[in-house]
Amino acid sequence: MARAALPGRLTWQPGRVVELVDETPRCKSLALELPDWRGHRAGQHVDVRLTAEDGYQAERSYSIASGPEDRQLLLTVERLDDGEVSPYLTDELRPGDELELRGPIGGYFVWEYSQGGPLLMIAGGSGVVPFRAMLRHWTAGQRNVPARLLYSSRTLEDVIYRHDLNGLAEQGAEVKLTLTREWPPDWQGHRGRVDRNLLADVAWPPQQRPLVYVCGPTAFVEGVAEALVDSGHEPSRIRTERFGPTGT
Amino acid sequence: MSPISRGFTGRRRGSADPSRVPPGQYVTGDFPVLSAGPTPRTTLDEWSFTIHGAVNEPVSWPWEEFLALPSETITADIHCVTKWSKLDTSWRGVSVDTLLRSVVTEADYLTAWSDGGYTTNLTIRDVTGSKAWVAYEYGGEPLEPEHGGPARLLVPHLYFWKSAKWVRGLTLTPGDEPGFWEGYGYHNHGDPWLEQRYQGD
Amino acid sequence: MEALDGNAIAGTLFEHFGTEMTTVLGACAHCGTRSQIAELAVYTHAPGVVARCRPCGNVVMVLVTVRNQLRLDASAFRMDEGSGR
Repeated sequence: MARAALPGRLTWQPGRVVELVDETPRCKSLALELPDWRGHRAGQHVDVRLTAEDGYQAERSYSIASGPEDRQLLLTVERLDDGEVSPYLTDELRPGDELELRGPIGGYFVWEYSQGGPLLMIAGGSGVVPFRAMLRHWTAGQRNVPARLLYSSRTLEDVIYRHDLNGLAEQGAEVKLTLTREWPPDWQGHRGRVDRNLLADVAWPPQQRPLVYVCGPTAFVEGVAEALVDSGHEPSRIRTERFGPTGT
Repeated sequence: MSPISRGFTGRRRGSADPSRVPPGQYVTGDFPVLSAGPTPRTTLDEWSFTIHGAVNEPVSWPWEEFLALPSETITADIHCVTKWSKLDTSWRGVSVDTLLRSVVTEADYLTAWSDGGYTTNLTIRDVTGSKAWVAYEYGGEPLEPEHGGPARLLVPHLYFWKSAKWVRGLTLTPGDEPGFWEGYGYHNHGDPWLEQRYQGD
Repeated sequence: MEALDGNAIAGTLFEHFGTEMTTVLGACAHCGTRSQIAELAVYTHAPGVVARCRPCGNVVMVLVTVRNQLRLDASAFRMDEGSGR
Protein backbone atom coordinates (compact mmCIF):
# COMPACT_ATOMS: atom_id res chain seq x y z
CA MET A 1 0.00 0.00 0.00
CA ALA A 2 1.42 3.39 -1.00
CA ARG A 3 -0.62 5.29 1.57
CA ALA A 4 1.46 6.39 4.58
CA ALA A 5 0.30 4.98 7.88
CA LEU A 6 -0.98 7.72 10.15
CA PRO A 7 -0.36 7.05 13.81
CA GLY A 8 -3.42 5.62 15.53
CA ARG A 9 -5.13 5.34 12.17
CA LEU A 10 -6.15 1.72 12.13
CA THR A 11 -2.71 0.29 11.71
CA TRP A 12 -1.76 -2.84 13.58
CA GLN A 13 -0.18 -1.90 16.87
CA PRO A 14 1.40 -3.87 19.68
CA GLY A 15 -0.31 -4.40 23.01
CA ARG A 16 1.25 -6.02 26.05
CA VAL A 17 -0.76 -8.18 28.39
CA VAL A 18 -0.53 -6.69 31.87
CA GLU A 19 -3.03 -8.84 33.71
CA LEU A 20 -5.46 -11.69 33.14
CA VAL A 21 -8.66 -11.74 35.17
CA ASP A 22 -10.97 -14.73 35.54
CA GLU A 23 -14.49 -13.42 35.09
CA THR A 24 -16.45 -16.68 34.83
CA PRO A 25 -15.46 -20.32 34.21
CA ARG A 26 -15.48 -19.54 30.49
CA CYS A 27 -14.53 -15.87 30.32
CA LYS A 28 -11.33 -14.06 30.97
CA SER A 29 -10.53 -10.37 30.75
CA LEU A 30 -7.22 -9.17 29.40
CA ALA A 31 -5.83 -5.86 30.64
CA LEU A 32 -3.55 -4.41 27.99
CA GLU A 33 -1.00 -1.66 27.69
CA LEU A 34 -0.74 -0.10 24.24
CA PRO A 35 1.91 2.58 23.73
CA ASP A 36 0.16 3.97 20.63
CA TRP A 37 -3.41 3.86 21.87
CA ARG A 38 -5.40 7.05 21.25
CA GLY A 39 -8.57 6.27 23.12
CA HIS A 40 -11.93 4.94 22.06
CA ARG A 41 -15.69 5.42 22.25
CA ALA A 42 -17.88 3.12 24.30
CA GLY A 43 -19.13 0.24 22.15
CA GLN A 44 -16.18 0.08 19.77
CA HIS A 45 -14.09 -3.04 19.25
CA VAL A 46 -10.58 -4.05 18.31
CA ASP A 47 -9.34 -6.67 15.88
CA VAL A 48 -6.75 -8.99 17.42
CA ARG A 49 -4.27 -10.80 15.21
CA LEU A 50 -2.14 -13.80 16.16
CA THR A 51 0.83 -15.05 14.14
CA ALA A 52 2.27 -18.55 14.41
CA GLU A 53 5.95 -19.28 13.87
CA ASP A 54 5.36 -20.41 10.29
CA GLY A 55 3.56 -17.17 9.46
CA TYR A 56 0.01 -18.52 9.77
CA GLN A 57 -2.32 -15.79 11.02
CA ALA A 58 -5.73 -15.69 12.61
CA GLU A 59 -7.78 -12.59 13.33
CA ARG A 60 -10.82 -12.00 15.56
CA SER A 61 -12.78 -9.01 16.79
CA TYR A 62 -13.34 -8.30 20.49
CA SER A 63 -15.45 -5.55 22.00
CA ILE A 64 -13.61 -3.20 24.31
CA ALA A 65 -14.85 -3.76 27.85
CA SER A 66 -13.19 -0.71 29.41
CA GLY A 67 -14.70 2.76 29.23
CA PRO A 68 -13.06 5.65 27.36
CA GLU A 69 -12.12 7.23 30.68
CA ASP A 70 -10.51 4.10 32.12
CA ARG A 71 -6.76 3.96 32.48
CA GLN A 72 -6.23 0.51 31.02
CA LEU A 73 -7.68 -1.13 27.94
CA LEU A 74 -9.71 -4.20 28.85
CA LEU A 75 -10.92 -6.94 26.54
CA THR A 76 -13.11 -9.84 27.65
CA VAL A 77 -12.85 -13.15 25.81
CA GLU A 78 -15.22 -16.07 26.00
CA ARG A 79 -13.53 -19.41 25.48
CA LEU A 80 -15.19 -21.35 22.65
CA ASP A 81 -14.30 -25.01 23.02
CA ASP A 82 -13.78 -25.52 19.32
CA GLY A 83 -12.33 -22.06 18.82
CA GLU A 84 -9.00 -21.35 17.25
CA VAL A 85 -8.19 -18.01 18.87
CA SER A 86 -10.20 -17.83 22.09
CA PRO A 87 -8.62 -20.88 23.79
CA TYR A 88 -5.21 -19.37 23.09
CA LEU A 89 -6.22 -16.05 24.68
CA THR A 90 -7.85 -17.63 27.73
CA ASP A 91 -5.52 -20.59 28.32
CA GLU A 92 -2.10 -19.81 26.91
CA LEU A 93 -1.59 -16.06 27.15
CA ARG A 94 0.54 -14.80 30.05
CA PRO A 95 1.33 -11.36 31.46
CA GLY A 96 4.15 -9.91 29.41
CA ASP A 97 2.99 -11.52 26.15
CA GLU A 98 2.34 -9.27 23.18
CA LEU A 99 -0.71 -9.13 20.95
CA GLU A 100 -1.24 -7.28 17.70
CA LEU A 101 -4.35 -5.09 17.70
CA ARG A 102 -6.10 -2.80 15.28
CA GLY A 103 -8.61 -0.21 16.38
CA PRO A 104 -10.68 1.23 17.81
CA ILE A 105 -13.25 0.24 15.23
CA GLY A 106 -16.92 1.08 14.92
CA GLY A 107 -19.16 4.10 14.58
CA TYR A 108 -22.60 2.59 14.62
CA PHE A 109 -22.70 0.61 17.82
CA VAL A 110 -21.39 3.35 20.09
CA TRP A 111 -22.99 5.42 22.83
CA GLU A 112 -21.99 8.80 24.14
CA TYR A 113 -23.82 11.29 26.34
CA SER A 114 -24.40 13.54 23.34
CA GLN A 115 -26.78 10.92 21.95
CA GLY A 116 -29.08 11.18 24.96
CA GLY A 117 -31.44 8.47 26.11
CA PRO A 118 -33.02 6.86 27.99
CA LEU A 119 -30.32 4.27 27.31
CA LEU A 120 -31.52 0.66 27.19
CA MET A 121 -28.89 -2.04 26.69
CA ILE A 122 -29.97 -5.64 26.06
CA ALA A 123 -27.24 -8.27 26.24
CA GLY A 124 -27.18 -11.98 25.44
CA GLY A 125 -24.25 -13.85 26.97
CA SER A 126 -20.92 -12.28 26.06
CA GLY A 127 -22.87 -9.55 24.27
CA VAL A 128 -22.63 -7.69 27.57
CA VAL A 129 -19.02 -6.72 26.92
CA PRO A 130 -19.59 -3.46 24.95
CA PHE A 131 -22.22 -2.49 27.51
CA ARG A 132 -19.66 -2.57 30.28
CA ALA A 133 -17.78 0.08 28.30
CA MET A 134 -20.96 2.13 27.89
CA LEU A 135 -21.75 1.89 31.59
CA ARG A 136 -18.18 2.80 32.56
CA HIS A 137 -18.56 5.88 30.34
CA TRP A 138 -21.92 6.58 31.92
CA THR A 139 -20.51 6.47 35.47
CA ALA A 140 -17.66 8.80 34.47
CA GLY A 141 -20.16 11.45 33.40
CA GLN A 142 -23.13 13.35 34.77
CA ARG A 143 -25.44 10.34 34.92
CA ASN A 144 -28.28 12.59 33.84
CA VAL A 145 -29.34 10.05 31.21
CA PRO A 146 -31.30 7.12 32.66
CA ALA A 147 -29.44 3.88 31.88
CA ARG A 148 -30.70 0.33 32.14
CA LEU A 149 -29.11 -3.00 31.28
CA LEU A 150 -31.15 -6.13 30.62
CA TYR A 151 -28.74 -9.05 30.61
CA SER A 152 -29.72 -12.56 29.56
CA SER A 153 -27.45 -15.38 30.70
CA ARG A 154 -27.83 -19.15 30.79
CA THR A 155 -26.86 -19.41 34.46
CA LEU A 156 -25.78 -17.15 37.30
CA GLU A 157 -22.29 -18.60 37.06
CA ASP A 158 -22.03 -17.33 33.47
CA VAL A 159 -22.90 -13.74 34.35
CA ILE A 160 -19.82 -11.67 33.52
CA TYR A 161 -18.84 -8.67 35.67
CA ARG A 162 -21.21 -9.61 38.46
CA HIS A 163 -19.48 -7.44 41.01
CA ASP A 164 -19.10 -4.52 38.59
CA LEU A 165 -22.80 -4.76 37.83
CA ASN A 166 -23.71 -4.64 41.51
CA GLY A 167 -21.55 -1.53 41.83
CA LEU A 168 -23.28 0.10 38.88
CA ALA A 169 -26.64 -0.53 40.43
CA GLU A 170 -25.46 1.38 43.47
CA GLN A 171 -24.56 4.31 41.26
CA GLY A 172 -28.00 4.59 39.76
CA ALA A 173 -27.85 2.44 36.63
CA GLU A 174 -30.49 -0.25 36.61
CA VAL A 175 -29.33 -3.79 35.99
CA LYS A 176 -31.85 -6.54 35.33
CA LEU A 177 -30.72 -10.13 34.96
CA THR A 178 -32.68 -12.90 33.34
CA LEU A 179 -31.45 -16.49 33.56
CA THR A 180 -32.59 -18.89 30.88
CA ARG A 181 -31.31 -22.35 31.76
CA GLU A 182 -31.08 -22.60 35.53
CA TRP A 183 -31.35 -20.34 38.54
CA PRO A 184 -30.78 -20.59 42.29
CA PRO A 185 -33.79 -21.68 44.35
CA ASP A 186 -34.09 -18.23 45.93
CA TRP A 187 -33.64 -16.36 42.66
CA GLN A 188 -35.35 -12.96 42.72
CA GLY A 189 -34.43 -11.88 39.20
CA HIS A 190 -36.18 -12.73 35.94
CA ARG A 191 -36.31 -16.13 34.31
CA GLY A 192 -36.55 -17.11 30.67
CA ARG A 193 -35.76 -15.47 27.38
CA VAL A 194 -36.11 -11.83 26.52
CA ASP A 195 -39.52 -11.70 24.85
CA ARG A 196 -42.35 -9.20 24.59
CA ASN A 197 -43.54 -9.98 28.10
CA LEU A 198 -40.18 -9.43 29.68
CA LEU A 199 -39.70 -6.24 27.67
CA ALA A 200 -43.07 -4.99 28.88
CA ASP A 201 -41.82 -5.45 32.45
CA VAL A 202 -38.30 -4.18 32.03
CA ALA A 203 -37.99 -1.84 29.06
CA TRP A 204 -39.14 1.75 28.95
CA PRO A 205 -42.39 2.08 27.01
CA PRO A 206 -41.99 3.07 23.35
CA GLN A 207 -43.49 6.47 24.10
CA GLN A 208 -40.33 7.34 26.03
CA ARG A 209 -38.32 6.62 22.88
CA PRO A 210 -35.36 4.88 24.48
CA LEU A 211 -32.16 4.39 22.54
CA VAL A 212 -31.92 0.61 22.48
CA TYR A 213 -28.73 -1.37 21.90
CA VAL A 214 -28.91 -5.14 21.47
CA CYS A 215 -25.80 -7.32 21.43
CA GLY A 216 -25.16 -11.05 21.46
CA PRO A 217 -25.41 -14.10 19.20
CA THR A 218 -27.34 -13.61 15.98
CA ALA A 219 -30.40 -15.60 17.03
CA PHE A 220 -30.66 -13.65 20.30
CA VAL A 221 -30.30 -10.27 18.61
CA GLU A 222 -32.88 -11.02 15.97
CA GLY A 223 -35.40 -12.39 18.43
CA VAL A 224 -35.03 -9.36 20.69
CA ALA A 225 -35.09 -6.84 17.84
CA GLU A 226 -38.29 -8.40 16.53
CA ALA A 227 -39.87 -8.34 19.99
CA LEU A 228 -38.90 -4.67 20.39
CA VAL A 229 -40.45 -3.68 17.07
CA ASP A 230 -43.55 -5.77 17.78
CA SER A 231 -43.84 -3.90 21.08
CA GLY A 232 -43.87 -0.61 19.25
CA HIS A 233 -40.29 0.61 19.56
CA GLU A 234 -39.02 2.64 16.63
CA PRO A 235 -36.62 0.62 14.42
CA SER A 236 -34.52 3.74 13.91
CA ARG A 237 -33.80 3.86 17.64
CA ILE A 238 -32.63 0.25 17.83
CA ARG A 239 -29.01 -0.64 17.14
CA THR A 240 -27.79 -4.21 16.89
CA GLU A 241 -24.46 -5.98 16.98
CA ARG A 242 -24.27 -9.71 16.28
CA PHE A 243 -21.50 -11.95 17.54
CA GLY A 244 -20.61 -15.41 16.30
CA PRO A 245 -22.31 -18.29 18.12
CA THR A 246 -22.06 -18.33 21.92
CA GLY A 247 -24.49 -19.19 24.64
CA THR A 248 -27.18 -16.97 26.12
CA MET B 1 6.52 -8.48 9.60
CA SER B 2 4.14 -9.31 12.45
CA PRO B 3 5.56 -10.36 15.81
CA ILE B 4 5.15 -14.04 16.62
CA SER B 5 2.44 -14.78 19.17
CA ARG B 6 4.23 -17.01 21.64
CA GLY B 7 2.70 -20.48 21.76
CA PHE B 8 0.09 -19.91 19.05
CA THR B 9 -0.26 -22.64 16.44
CA GLY B 10 -3.82 -22.32 15.28
CA ARG B 11 -6.18 -25.19 14.72
CA ARG B 12 -3.93 -27.03 12.30
CA ARG B 13 -3.21 -30.71 12.70
CA GLY B 14 0.39 -31.41 11.82
CA SER B 15 0.85 -34.94 10.67
CA ALA B 16 -0.53 -35.89 7.29
CA ASP B 17 1.16 -37.48 4.31
CA PRO B 18 2.50 -34.39 2.50
CA SER B 19 1.88 -35.97 -0.89
CA ARG B 20 -1.83 -35.66 -0.14
CA VAL B 21 -1.72 -32.00 0.84
CA PRO B 22 -1.67 -29.47 -2.04
CA PRO B 23 0.58 -26.40 -1.76
CA GLY B 24 -0.53 -23.84 0.81
CA GLN B 25 -3.06 -26.13 2.46
CA TYR B 26 -3.26 -27.52 6.00
CA VAL B 27 -5.19 -30.57 7.15
CA THR B 28 -8.14 -30.18 9.50
CA GLY B 29 -10.12 -32.70 11.51
CA ASP B 30 -13.34 -30.62 11.46
CA PHE B 31 -15.56 -29.94 8.53
CA PRO B 32 -15.78 -26.13 8.40
CA VAL B 33 -19.05 -24.68 7.17
CA LEU B 34 -18.66 -21.91 4.63
CA SER B 35 -21.50 -20.10 2.97
CA ALA B 36 -22.23 -16.96 0.98
CA GLY B 37 -25.79 -16.81 2.21
CA PRO B 38 -28.53 -18.33 4.34
CA THR B 39 -29.05 -22.10 4.27
CA PRO B 40 -31.87 -22.84 1.83
CA ARG B 41 -34.69 -24.97 3.18
CA THR B 42 -35.99 -26.79 0.13
CA THR B 43 -38.19 -29.72 1.04
CA LEU B 44 -37.73 -33.03 -0.72
CA ASP B 45 -41.06 -32.79 -2.49
CA GLU B 46 -40.08 -29.37 -3.84
CA TRP B 47 -36.65 -30.63 -4.92
CA SER B 48 -35.65 -31.69 -8.41
CA PHE B 49 -32.42 -31.91 -10.37
CA THR B 50 -32.38 -30.54 -13.92
CA ILE B 51 -29.97 -30.62 -16.83
CA HIS B 52 -30.79 -28.04 -19.48
CA GLY B 53 -29.23 -25.37 -21.69
CA ALA B 54 -27.23 -26.51 -24.72
CA VAL B 55 -28.87 -29.95 -24.82
CA ASN B 56 -31.25 -31.61 -27.25
CA GLU B 57 -33.89 -31.99 -24.57
CA PRO B 58 -33.81 -30.89 -20.94
CA VAL B 59 -34.20 -33.59 -18.30
CA SER B 60 -35.37 -33.37 -14.72
CA TRP B 61 -35.58 -35.85 -11.82
CA PRO B 62 -37.70 -35.40 -8.73
CA TRP B 63 -36.16 -36.62 -5.47
CA GLU B 64 -37.48 -40.20 -5.42
CA GLU B 65 -36.42 -40.79 -8.99
CA PHE B 66 -33.02 -39.27 -8.34
CA LEU B 67 -32.43 -41.61 -5.40
CA ALA B 68 -33.35 -44.55 -7.65
CA LEU B 69 -30.52 -43.74 -10.05
CA PRO B 70 -27.38 -45.88 -9.81
CA SER B 71 -25.24 -44.43 -7.01
CA GLU B 72 -21.73 -44.90 -5.73
CA THR B 73 -19.76 -44.42 -2.55
CA ILE B 74 -16.93 -42.01 -2.97
CA THR B 75 -13.96 -41.51 -0.67
CA ALA B 76 -12.06 -38.35 -1.44
CA ASP B 77 -9.75 -35.71 -0.09
CA ILE B 78 -11.27 -32.24 -0.35
CA HIS B 79 -9.46 -28.91 -0.52
CA CYS B 80 -10.98 -25.52 0.23
CA VAL B 81 -9.46 -22.37 -1.21
CA THR B 82 -9.50 -20.92 2.32
CA LYS B 83 -6.62 -23.35 2.93
CA TRP B 84 -8.11 -26.24 4.85
CA SER B 85 -8.02 -29.77 3.47
CA LYS B 86 -9.91 -32.74 4.80
CA LEU B 87 -8.74 -36.22 3.94
CA ASP B 88 -10.74 -39.39 3.34
CA THR B 89 -14.20 -37.85 3.31
CA SER B 90 -16.91 -40.31 2.47
CA TRP B 91 -19.97 -39.64 0.30
CA ARG B 92 -22.74 -41.34 -1.61
CA GLY B 93 -24.12 -39.87 -4.79
CA VAL B 94 -24.90 -40.19 -8.47
CA SER B 95 -22.04 -39.78 -10.89
CA VAL B 96 -22.36 -36.82 -13.26
CA ASP B 97 -21.41 -39.29 -16.01
CA THR B 98 -24.67 -41.13 -15.27
CA LEU B 99 -26.66 -37.90 -15.31
CA LEU B 100 -25.15 -36.62 -18.56
CA ARG B 101 -26.06 -39.86 -20.29
CA SER B 102 -29.67 -38.62 -20.25
CA VAL B 103 -28.90 -35.71 -22.57
CA VAL B 104 -27.28 -35.16 -25.91
CA THR B 105 -24.96 -32.19 -26.04
CA GLU B 106 -21.93 -30.76 -27.77
CA ALA B 107 -21.24 -28.23 -25.06
CA ASP B 108 -17.80 -28.14 -23.48
CA TYR B 109 -18.82 -26.14 -20.40
CA LEU B 110 -21.50 -26.01 -17.78
CA THR B 111 -22.72 -23.88 -14.93
CA ALA B 112 -23.88 -25.62 -11.78
CA TRP B 113 -26.64 -23.66 -10.08
CA SER B 114 -28.12 -23.89 -6.62
CA ASP B 115 -30.97 -22.84 -4.40
CA GLY B 116 -30.13 -19.39 -3.06
CA GLY B 117 -28.60 -18.26 -6.36
CA TYR B 118 -25.07 -19.65 -6.15
CA THR B 119 -23.36 -20.67 -9.39
CA THR B 120 -20.01 -22.11 -10.38
CA ASN B 121 -18.59 -22.94 -13.81
CA LEU B 122 -16.90 -26.17 -14.88
CA THR B 123 -15.70 -27.89 -18.04
CA ILE B 124 -17.34 -31.11 -19.24
CA ARG B 125 -13.93 -32.72 -18.95
CA ASP B 126 -13.79 -31.83 -15.26
CA VAL B 127 -17.10 -33.53 -14.47
CA THR B 128 -16.82 -36.68 -16.59
CA GLY B 129 -14.70 -39.81 -16.26
CA SER B 130 -15.62 -40.45 -12.64
CA LYS B 131 -14.57 -37.03 -11.43
CA ALA B 132 -17.85 -35.54 -10.22
CA TRP B 133 -21.03 -36.56 -8.44
CA VAL B 134 -24.23 -35.13 -7.10
CA ALA B 135 -23.93 -36.33 -3.51
CA TYR B 136 -26.77 -36.73 -1.01
CA GLU B 137 -25.00 -38.61 1.77
CA TYR B 138 -21.96 -37.69 3.79
CA GLY B 139 -20.33 -40.02 6.29
CA GLY B 140 -23.08 -42.56 5.78
CA GLU B 141 -25.85 -40.11 6.76
CA PRO B 142 -28.17 -37.89 4.73
CA LEU B 143 -26.29 -34.72 3.83
CA GLU B 144 -27.07 -32.00 6.38
CA PRO B 145 -28.42 -28.66 5.16
CA GLU B 146 -25.42 -26.70 6.44
CA HIS B 147 -23.15 -28.91 4.34
CA GLY B 148 -25.31 -28.60 1.26
CA GLY B 149 -28.19 -31.02 1.76
CA PRO B 150 -30.46 -32.31 0.26
CA ALA B 151 -27.71 -32.66 -2.38
CA ARG B 152 -24.55 -30.94 -3.43
CA LEU B 153 -22.14 -31.19 -6.30
CA LEU B 154 -18.93 -33.01 -5.42
CA VAL B 155 -15.86 -32.34 -7.56
CA PRO B 156 -12.96 -33.25 -5.25
CA HIS B 157 -10.11 -32.70 -7.72
CA LEU B 158 -10.89 -28.96 -7.79
CA TYR B 159 -11.10 -26.42 -4.96
CA PHE B 160 -14.23 -27.05 -2.98
CA TRP B 161 -16.04 -23.85 -4.00
CA LYS B 162 -16.71 -25.73 -7.22
CA SER B 163 -18.62 -28.38 -5.26
CA ALA B 164 -21.77 -26.30 -5.19
CA LYS B 165 -23.95 -26.80 -2.12
CA TRP B 166 -27.73 -27.06 -2.54
CA VAL B 167 -27.23 -27.84 -6.22
CA ARG B 168 -30.41 -28.06 -8.29
CA GLY B 169 -29.07 -28.39 -11.80
CA LEU B 170 -26.51 -27.99 -14.54
CA THR B 171 -26.82 -25.59 -17.45
CA LEU B 172 -24.71 -26.73 -20.35
CA THR B 173 -23.09 -23.79 -22.14
CA PRO B 174 -21.13 -23.35 -25.37
CA GLY B 175 -18.63 -21.03 -23.65
CA ASP B 176 -17.11 -20.77 -20.19
CA GLU B 177 -19.29 -18.46 -18.07
CA PRO B 178 -17.76 -17.45 -14.74
CA GLY B 179 -19.91 -18.32 -11.74
CA PHE B 180 -20.29 -16.46 -8.46
CA TRP B 181 -16.77 -16.55 -6.98
CA GLU B 182 -15.13 -16.73 -10.40
CA GLY B 183 -16.77 -13.43 -11.26
CA TYR B 184 -15.19 -11.84 -8.20
CA GLY B 185 -11.67 -12.96 -8.99
CA TYR B 186 -11.40 -16.63 -8.22
CA HIS B 187 -9.88 -18.93 -10.83
CA ASN B 188 -12.07 -20.38 -13.61
CA HIS B 189 -10.53 -23.81 -13.27
CA GLY B 190 -9.38 -24.13 -9.64
CA ASP B 191 -6.85 -26.99 -9.53
CA PRO B 192 -5.44 -27.11 -5.98
CA TRP B 193 -2.30 -28.92 -7.13
CA LEU B 194 -1.45 -26.03 -9.42
CA GLU B 195 -2.63 -23.60 -6.72
CA GLN B 196 -5.13 -22.01 -9.10
CA ARG B 197 -6.87 -19.88 -6.48
CA TYR B 198 -7.33 -16.57 -8.34
CA GLN B 199 -7.73 -15.48 -11.97
CA GLY B 200 -4.25 -15.19 -13.38
CA ASP B 201 -2.68 -17.82 -11.14
CA MET C 1 -25.31 -20.53 8.83
CA GLU C 2 -26.46 -17.39 10.58
CA ALA C 3 -25.36 -14.04 9.33
CA LEU C 4 -23.52 -11.42 11.30
CA ASP C 5 -23.88 -7.75 10.40
CA GLY C 6 -21.80 -4.92 9.01
CA ASN C 7 -20.10 -4.39 12.36
CA ALA C 8 -18.15 -7.59 11.65
CA ILE C 9 -16.41 -6.02 8.65
CA ALA C 10 -15.96 -2.54 10.09
CA GLY C 11 -12.18 -2.90 10.28
CA THR C 12 -11.84 -4.23 6.74
CA LEU C 13 -14.05 -1.48 5.36
CA PHE C 14 -12.10 1.17 7.26
CA GLU C 15 -8.89 -0.11 5.69
CA HIS C 16 -10.40 0.00 2.22
CA PHE C 17 -12.17 3.37 2.41
CA GLY C 18 -9.88 5.11 4.89
CA THR C 19 -12.78 6.01 7.14
CA GLU C 20 -15.43 4.53 9.44
CA MET C 21 -18.15 3.02 7.23
CA THR C 22 -20.69 1.27 9.47
CA THR C 23 -23.06 4.25 9.62
CA VAL C 24 -22.98 4.87 5.86
CA LEU C 25 -26.46 4.71 4.34
CA GLY C 26 -27.18 3.10 1.02
CA ALA C 27 -29.99 1.65 -1.06
CA CYS C 28 -30.23 -1.95 -2.20
CA ALA C 29 -30.09 -2.00 -6.00
CA HIS C 30 -32.59 -4.89 -6.06
CA CYS C 31 -35.40 -3.80 -3.75
CA GLY C 32 -34.54 -0.20 -2.89
CA THR C 33 -34.45 -0.73 0.89
CA ARG C 34 -32.20 1.82 2.57
CA SER C 35 -30.01 0.72 5.45
CA GLN C 36 -26.77 1.49 7.16
CA ILE C 37 -23.87 -0.80 6.38
CA ALA C 38 -23.98 -2.03 10.00
CA GLU C 39 -27.47 -3.36 9.32
CA LEU C 40 -26.61 -5.55 6.33
CA ALA C 41 -26.60 -9.35 6.73
CA VAL C 42 -22.97 -10.32 6.47
CA TYR C 43 -21.55 -13.78 5.76
CA THR C 44 -17.87 -13.95 6.67
CA HIS C 45 -17.24 -17.70 6.51
CA ALA C 46 -16.60 -18.02 2.80
CA PRO C 47 -13.88 -17.51 0.17
CA GLY C 48 -14.86 -13.87 0.50
CA VAL C 49 -17.28 -11.73 2.49
CA VAL C 50 -20.82 -11.39 1.20
CA ALA C 51 -23.18 -8.68 2.45
CA ARG C 52 -26.88 -9.03 1.67
CA CYS C 53 -29.86 -6.76 2.00
CA ARG C 54 -31.83 -8.03 5.00
CA PRO C 55 -35.37 -7.72 3.58
CA CYS C 56 -34.77 -9.11 0.09
CA GLY C 57 -31.66 -11.27 0.63
CA ASN C 58 -29.91 -10.15 -2.54
CA VAL C 59 -26.17 -9.62 -2.58
CA VAL C 60 -25.21 -5.94 -2.27
CA MET C 61 -21.52 -6.14 -1.46
CA VAL C 62 -18.72 -8.67 -1.98
CA LEU C 63 -15.20 -8.40 -0.57
CA VAL C 64 -12.49 -10.73 -1.86
CA THR C 65 -8.82 -10.66 -0.97
CA VAL C 66 -6.91 -11.62 -4.10
CA ARG C 67 -3.18 -12.10 -3.54
CA ASN C 68 -3.32 -9.92 -0.39
CA GLN C 69 -5.15 -7.11 -2.17
CA LEU C 70 -8.67 -6.35 -0.97
CA ARG C 71 -11.21 -6.00 -3.78
CA LEU C 72 -14.60 -4.61 -2.96
CA ASP C 73 -17.66 -4.64 -5.20
CA ALA C 74 -20.41 -2.52 -3.69
CA SER C 75 -22.11 -1.73 -6.98
CA ALA C 76 -25.45 -3.11 -5.74
CA PHE C 77 -25.37 -0.90 -2.63
CA ARG C 78 -25.99 2.65 -3.76
CA MET C 79 -24.27 4.66 -1.11
CA ASP C 80 -25.36 8.19 -0.33
CA GLU C 81 -23.38 11.04 -1.84
CA GLY C 82 -20.37 12.14 0.12
CA SER C 83 -20.29 9.14 2.43
CA GLY C 84 -16.96 7.46 2.71
CA ARG C 85 -15.74 7.82 -0.87
